[in-house]
Amino acid sequence: MSNLAVLPIVIPLISGILLALIHKKIHLVRILAKIFTGLNLIVSLYIMYDVQQNGSIVLESGGWNSPFGIVLVADLLAIVLVVTTNIVALACVFYAPKSLSKQQEEFYFYTFFFMLITGVSGAFLTGDLFNLFVFFEVLLMASYALIVLGGGKVQLRESIKYVLINLFSSMLFVTTIAFLYSVVGTVNMAQIAERVQEVDQKGILTTIAIMLFFVFGTKAALFPLYYWLPKPYIVPNPVVSALFGALLTKVGIYSILRVFTLIFVHDPAFTHNFFIWIAGFTLIFGAVGALSTNNIKLVVAYNIIPAVGFMIMGIGIYNEAALSGAIYYLIHDMIIKAALFLLVGAIAYLAGTSDLRKIRGLIHQYPLLGWLFFLSAFVLAGIPPFSGFIGKLLLLQGGLESGEVVIVIIALLSSLLILLSLMRIFVRGFWGEKDDSIQVNKKAAQSFTIPVVFLLFFSVLLGVGAELFYPMIESISSYLLNPEIYIESVLKE
Amino acid sequence: MEIIMSILAGILFTIGIYNLLQKQLLRIVIGTALISHGAHLFILTMGKLKRGAPPILEYGISEYSDPLPQALILTSIVISFGVTSLLLVLAYRASKENNTDNMDQLRGNENE
Repeated sequence: MSNLAVLPIVIPLISGILLALIHKKIHLVRILAKIFTGLNLIVSLYIMYDVQQNGSIVLESGGWNSPFGIVLVADLLAIVLVVTTNIVALACVFYAPKSLSKQQEEFYFYTFFFMLITGVSGAFLTGDLFNLFVFFEVLLMASYALIVLGGGKVQLRESIKYVLINLFSSMLFVTTIAFLYSVVGTVNMAQIAERVQEVDQKGILTTIAIMLFFVFGTKAALFPLYYWLPKPYIVPNPVVSALFGALLTKVGIYSILRVFTLIFVHDPAFTHNFFIWIAGFTLIFGAVGALSTNNIKLVVAYNIIPAVGFMIMGIGIYNEAALSGAIYYLIHDMIIKAALFLLVGAIAYLAGTSDLRKIRGLIHQYPLLGWLFFLSAFVLAGIPPFSGFIGKLLLLQGGLESGEVVIVIIALLSSLLILLSLMRIFVRGFWGEKDDSIQVNKKAAQSFTIPVVFLLFFSVLLGVGAELFYPMIESISSYLLNPEIYIESVLKE
Repeated sequence: MEIIMSILAGILFTIGIYNLLQKQLLRIVIGTALISHGAHLFILTMGKLKRGAPPILEYGISEYSDPLPQALILTSIVISFGVTSLLLVLAYRASKENNTDNMDQLRGNENE
């Protein structure tokens, strides 16, 4: 038995508590936060190495045998996502001191930040459905606090909507777990999966599956449940937006991926075909939303929605190529969304406004920032050498293998719209005549740039070094297509 | 008994959702509280009601009621308690800052 699997949850939890005790000594807190996040990244990288060598780690907490206690399952998918989470967290922790006001930083920003990381890592690693609900609440509570941090008028207004929609979907999650418990009599995911195969009444299970999809779809912002997402995501500080955009919706997608490859695989003709329809509408509406506005932060926030659509499309098509594509895209999108939110945050800070109509000619003052934005727009849209390309290529390949031509065409067209929405920012914000009213602030620009360069390095690496990562992603997707491996590793029959 | 409890939970959900769709902020908070009551009642009902003694180990009792849903409810209660108290404070601050507790007036499109 190995206790390694619990470390990505325990390290941020302890550091969050420690930093709450010394929250006034802001210089010390900043240094400690960087050290703890770095440590957490190193530990999760080591766990990833260990999982690759020796297979997935199953930790039975408290020594209780697996269907009876809570299990933590660090399989390759979960641990890869934990590593990505920590990469994003490291970039955000370096970006935060410049971006936040001193008052916001002193008021427990780092504590809530670490609680958010705790919740996200916990949600990735848990092997128990009710425990997943608890970790969802941990990360949501931290996100409620982060979204109102500062207490501006707009922030308060939007956070009420955010809290309400999440509270409602959490209560629905609890109800769904109650229904599932009454059918299969357990909340352990592996045992649920085993018993779902044995139950005769598949109708009630499909109903429960769709209810769970509704819950996770609300968290992940799928069509028609995405309406709450764009505005609350742009009102907090850019670093908080980056954390939200990179991590929160992806936890919802991960849950759908886990639940619909492990538990509810009894009627894919209904459930998974339904996902393809949802994916199509998510792609269209998200891309149109991104084109509909002149607020640069809102453009990036709307771009979360089609990205989620691509992943749900991969889950819907449900063959090896498409699942690999969805996982590749998931990892790529966590990194690039964080980078984009940090970039538009920096642009809005340096230009003094987030209204695209008032920004022009920034390339004269900030050439590096401009080219970084250009690069990340290419990464997001999926231009060949970068990471977005390989994910999309695999998704399209999987789609064509299964003969889903309509969704493939929609995906290609929405990629064009995504590229257009970001190029609009580049062309209108960076090109044009020099705007002399802007006070050049090289030092701020530099401290904003470093975390973005760090994130984009991983994005480019993920694209250029695809041969390095692809075997791992492929083994994850073939692992997901055979849920027996997961069930056996947890239940050990 | 399970049928009566299910109907009651359903009624709680109905009233809760009706209140969520109102304009007054406080009514919405009451709606969320009612929905969480409904959800907790559902967990209790779905774990089958009253099959034996309370789950405390005592000599000579062989039939106990299911302890797991009770633990789940207890967890869920404290979580929804925490979220509700946060929501109440948030609603208070938001109505102070924005000078209204009407959800229709809490809209806006600045910066667009």
